[in-house]
Amino acid sequence: MSPPSTVSVTITVNGEAQRLDLDPRASLLDTLRLGLDLNGTKKGCNQGACGACTVLLDGERVNACLVLAVTCDGQKVTTVEGIGMPDNLHPLQDAFVEHDGFQCGYCTPGQIVSGVALLAEAASGQPSVVDVDLSPDSAAQLSDEEISERMSGNICRCGAYPGIRAALRQAAQTIQPARA
Amino acid sequence: MTPFTYHKPASVADALALLADRPGAMLLGGGTNLVDLMRKGVETPDHLVDVQDLPLGEISETDDGGLRIGALVSNTALAAHDRVRRDYRMLSEATLAGASQQLRNRATTGGNLLQRTRCYYFTEPGYPCNKREPGSGCPAKDGFNRIHAILGESDACIATHPSDMCVAMSALDAVVEITGPGGDRTVPFPDFHLLPGDTPNVETVLEPDEIITAVTLPPPSDLSRQSVYVKVRDRQSYAFALVSVAAGLALGADGQVEDVRLALGGVAHKPWRAFDAESLLRGGPASDDAFRQAGQAIVADATGYGHNDFKIPLAPRTVAVALGKALARAQRASGDAR
Ligand SMILES: Cc1cc2nc3c(=O)[nH]c(=O)nc-3n(C[C@H](O)[C@H](O)[C@H](O)COP(=O)(O)OP(=O)(O)OC[C@H]3O[C@@H](n4cnc5c(N)ncnc54)[C@H](O)[C@@H]3O)c2cc1C
Ligand code: SF4
Ligand code: FES
Ligand code: FES
Repeated sequence: MSPPSTVSVTITVNGEAQRLDLDPRASLLDTLRLGLDLNGTKKGCNQGACGACTVLLDGERVNACLVLAVTCDGQKVTTVEGIGMPDNLHPLQDAFVEHDGFQCGYCTPGQIVSGVALLAEAASGQPSVVDVDLSPDSAAQLSDEEISERMSGNICRCGAYPGIRAALRQAAQTIQPARA
Repeated sequence: MTPFTYHKPASVADALALLADRPGAMLLGGGTNLVDLMRKGVETPDHLVDVQDLPLGEISETDDGGLRIGALVSNTALAAHDRVRRDYRMLSEATLAGASQQLRNRATTGGNLLQRTRCYYFTEPGYPCNKREPGSGCPAKDGFNRIHAILGESDACIATHPSDMCVAMSALDAVVEITGPGGDRTVPFPDFHLLPGDTPNVETVLEPDEIITAVTLPPPSDLSRQSVYVKVRDRQSYAFALVSVAAGLALGADGQVEDVRLALGGVAHKPWRAFDAESLLRGGPASDDAFRQAGQAIVADATGYGHNDFKIPLAPRTVAVALGKALARAQRASGDAR
């Protein structure tokens, strides 16, 4: 069959509306990296198994490698560049620096975006499998076990997990995320 | 990925028309399974019909006090729903035990039911596989089969269904609501998925031109409120089940098992509802011995293929652990901590 024509969509990326003519096969991850030159979001496994590609889609964290960009018409995407840049780091990014929450840094953008989402999820009372009865008011109430469970979608090949947990604990104490 | 055309209908009628008019069309839910399989060349739809804009995203109460979960409800929203947590606890636990937060945010209820097996050979088109290419053979039987089935498998295929959520839905006697060119129909959850038999490519009773619109849960009971999901896996989170068990118990005034529900994941081509073991337990003592015997009965005819032999002793142990937890919850609820 002949190749399909492109599809026009508008996606708001880090606050800026982007009009894109897309091959329907393009993933959101490739569209961000190759189409919009936003290279912060990383490609690890390209199959949903590592979390390096985590972005916020309408405020919820998702694996951008498994999202077809055409499906995002009218939606809002936040990448790590939209969370904080070197001249205005997000408090969670500061905490990662302070607590050595990384070694090679490849997984870090995904960890940061995922961690920012975790703070909002906890503030809105979302349960985890550790205890479905628990409706936290904020991430500050979460145990280390809870933090590990809620961050399990982000693999770190360097094993920087203790630093990542410490950074999240600190951020959880200092940040009051807007209620989702 | 092979090329496809993309459609995003706003009504179920339009979606059905697209499926009817375009052979080779597939529905796209959250895409967490389908996009991966398309990239690997396992699925090659000519047309994708995105269900995202269909009005199927709500959880509502049914007239009899049960819950109707729209096919588009995300795994996250399902697991966090107050009534699901309170009244159908095993379903909240099972759903939260699956995948990661990122995937659960995106994954839909309908897509979770229709997700394909994680069999290594199925997902690699370079290998033969009766499920992907009927008649080509099953390399898993003599190959790597650590994650494969011990119950209900066939000569043609020994794959497992990977869902956690579906194990709880089977135990809870949920009902799948389907719509198609011929109208609406409902299918009891335990009958929705099929055993492989000679046609492992046919995995459910859903026809290619039909759509899942919802899954309904019957009214809650003490059993469903006190139910539990136990999942055994290679790492503590973000891994598929090797063996999992959804269990719920209701105790009679005499402390005997008045009613029980039991289903297993990771052991078969479908969520394995253990009807016979339920019958064995009903009316008998709620004891560890009875729980172990029920678990043993489930694997009495189980077959191992080498790497997955460990599941045969693991399954009854997991059954006993799950029933023990369900018992503790039932006792706590009745204030009887004997
Ligand atoms: C790394 C990884 C780990 C995972 N771990 C787990 C785990 O531990 N436990 C677990 O249970 N799952 C796990 N999953 C699987 C995940 O739960 C499924 O991918 C998800 O539930 C599929 O939902 P979806 O909406 O994304 O489906 P899609 O990928 O969009 O679709 C899947 C199938 O469903 C069909 N479909 C979708 N909606 C409908 C509808 N309304 N009617 C009819 N057909 C429909 C599609 O045509 C397709 O065939 C994991 C996935 C990944 C990638
Ligand atoms: S177990 Fe089933 S899915 Fe796996 S290779 Fe054999 S036929 Fe294919
Ligand atoms: S690159 Fe998307 S999860 Fe690994
Ligand atoms: S810091 Fe290297 S992978 Fe996480």
